[in-house]
Amino acid sequence: MTSIFDSLQQSLAFLNLDLFMLLSLIALLGGTVIFLVMAVNALVAVYFERKVSAFMQDRLGPMEVGILGFKGGKKFWGGIGQTLADAIKLLTKEDILPKSSDKFLMILAPFIIFSGAFLTFIGVPFAQNIVISDFNIGLFYIVAMSSIGVIGIILAGWSSNNKWSLYGAMRAAAQIISYEIPIGLSLLLVVIVSGSLHLGDIVQWQESNRWFIFHSPFTFLAFFIYFISIVAETNRTPFDIPEAESELVAGWMTEYSGFRWALFFLSEYANMLIVCIVASIVFLGGWLSPLHLINIFPESWYILDGPLLGLFWVSFKAVILIFIMMWFRWTFPRLRVDQLMYVCWKVFIPFALANLFFVSLWELIF
Amino acid sequence: MEANLIDKSVIETGEMVLNMGPQHPSTHGVLRLKIHTDGEVVSKIEPIIGYLHRCFEKHCEKLSYEQIVPFTDRCDYLASMHMDHAYSIAVERLLDIELPGRVEYIRVIIAELQRIASHLVAVGTFGLDVGAITPFTWTIRDRERVLDLFETLCGARLLYNYIWPGGVSHDLPPKFIERTLDFLDYFDPQIDELNNLLTTNKIFIERTADVGILPPEVGINFGVSGPSLRGSGVNFDLRKNEPYSIYSKFDFDVPLGRGEMGTIGDTWDRYYVRVLEMRESAKIIRQACAQLPDGDVHAALPKKIRPNAGEVYGRYESARGDVGFYIMSNGKNIPMRLKMRSPAFCNLSVLSEISEGWMISDVIAILGSLDIVLGEIDR
Repeated sequence: MTSIFDSLQQSLAFLNLDLFMLLSLIALLGGTVIFLVMAVNALVAVYFERKVSAFMQDRLGPMEVGILGFKGGKKFWGGIGQTLADAIKLLTKEDILPKSSDKFLMILAPFIIFSGAFLTFIGVPFAQNIVISDFNIGLFYIVAMSSIGVIGIILAGWSSNNKWSLYGAMRAAAQIISYEIPIGLSLLLVVIVSGSLHLGDIVQWQESNRWFIFHSPFTFLAFFIYFISIVAETNRTPFDIPEAESELVAGWMTEYSGFRWALFFLSEYANMLIVCIVASIVFLGGWLSPLHLINIFPESWYILDGPLLGLFWVSFKAVILIFIMMWFRWTFPRLRVDQLMYVCWKVFIPFALANLFFVSLWELIF
Repeated sequence: MEANLIDKSVIETGEMVLNMGPQHPSTHGVLRLKIHTDGEVVSKIEPIIGYLHRCFEKHCEKLSYEQIVPFTDRCDYLASMHMDHAYSIAVERLLDIELPGRVEYIRVIIAELQRIASHLVAVGTFGLDVGAITPFTWTIRDRERVLDLFETLCGARLLYNYIWPGGVSHDLPPKFIERTLDFLDYFDPQIDELNNLLTTNKIFIERTADVGILPPEVGINFGVSGPSLRGSGVNFDLRKNEPYSIYSKFDFDVPLGRGEMGTIGDTWDRYYVRVLEMRESAKIIRQACAQLPDGDVHAALPKKIRPNAGEVYGRYESARGDVGFYIMSNGKNIPMRLKMRSPAFCNLSVLSEISEGWMISDVIAILGSLDIVLGEIDR
């Protein structure tokens, strides 16, 4: 019983299906769960983002749309039906394919991006044992799967037959591929220290030692390299040059509308959630409560652990990171392409490599 | 063998022509830029204008002098008061009349408030151009207060038709001066806040300092004026150099670009000159409010303005630069010819010169820092 997959396999054994049917059923159930998580995440995150931006910009944000007449409140939490209404609008919108676009690729692209995000979720634990399938190379799997999306981005930009989309796609490809290196290097550091690619083991290590962010100066630095790189990886301000509104209109998704565009949106917010969950698991102790940091009553903090509280802690940490990403977005200007590459290749990668070296020394000495 | 792997004759490596606009979020209106690019690097820009051409000058040849004011409103729609003021000054010079003191003071207060409002839009949209969204909503929020003041003044929020040849349409409403001073008290800390959020932001400086440098002599040769020229360190402000109205009575500085973050005349300088000018405008308004005399708000003019035959050229320092109205009268109540010098037009003309070799993102920043208004360019 280490994952949802395993527990489903056990609990559905009474149906006496043959193995293929059982696996299909489990895959279907798991897929539904992932899709629901993605959809709910997008609904909540978009609303959250709109409210956060409104709060920072001295506005109220959406206030009017409610669910069955319930609008949520008068001040900050009004208009809770807004994203639901937006989703319905997007799904019922006319689907436009430009005449001179490469139609096959244009239809294919959103699904590639979507499946990148979708498949990543299989390996993302939301708490101890609450993971669809528990890989022993979970971290590697997540890093690998989250880079599938870039193929879809290039296809989308290319097939739109729009110069602006092509610019956006090329920028996105260059950016995402570049920033995968510092991400990989900073995660590698954690793998070196904990000696495992399995996310559960990494948290186990943090439980018996300390959170990675506080483990050594190098892991502390690695967390920030990782966090800034994931902001770039998810194309958010100050690194949102692929979809720079004021330059490229909407970048590689300029020609998309309706459902296909909604898929982009869904994947974007799903990616945000994934990287923030990974950050909180790998560096911030995952499902351990923050009281683990305080060693006054070493036994007492166990009451704050457990499957449900673990879920709470992971999402709490992830939400804080997501909030910081939104905070970035609504306060920072955008970098230029060459500056973005400069930050990656001349700052992050050398630092991450040096980090890797020094943390190995640190582990040898201490 | 290796040489034949790639057939170089089928690979095109020419320039790509990119159409930016007329529908584009960052061209500040219906401007079309034909950008010749090599990858991200821009080699040539051809601005194509005329999408908002409304035959302003030709219309003026069919309208009486009073009727022209609503049309000047629509030239620079972000600084309508300046346009009206510039036009009125030219007509009054043609009529050779003296204005009551109160009119001049009201006009100065209004014009400087308008300058604040216009610069707020310029500064905010410039932030938007480099990707910072929040400063824009903040500056628009503050501009809203100025527009509220103007609404109490004349009922309109954008196109005022308030400053007329020979006076202003109404006297100040009650409590206007108090509300203006309240606004200024509120506004000064807002500039510091804006500086904290945007001006001194490291990314913002990276994006704007040393970018799109406009050397002073190039600026002068292209006829650039206003904050865009002062950003290059050229001390040219018609309020000082050729004082019209009663500007010689006030004590204010002309902020100049000093290259604090990079080179003199870069995008950051042009931006920061506007921020500083808002403070100077506030200074002028405070002085004018303190000295505001009582009196009439109309000069004694006949119902139909009929200047003697002759011609006049009035210059005016608007929010974008040196506005000129050349009016030729043949003694009738309609001008024989009216020509407007558009500062934004001259400022735009320098775009290609200073943005060659920069990237597409920089072109947008440079265009934003020139602060063009297409209504004025196309007229």
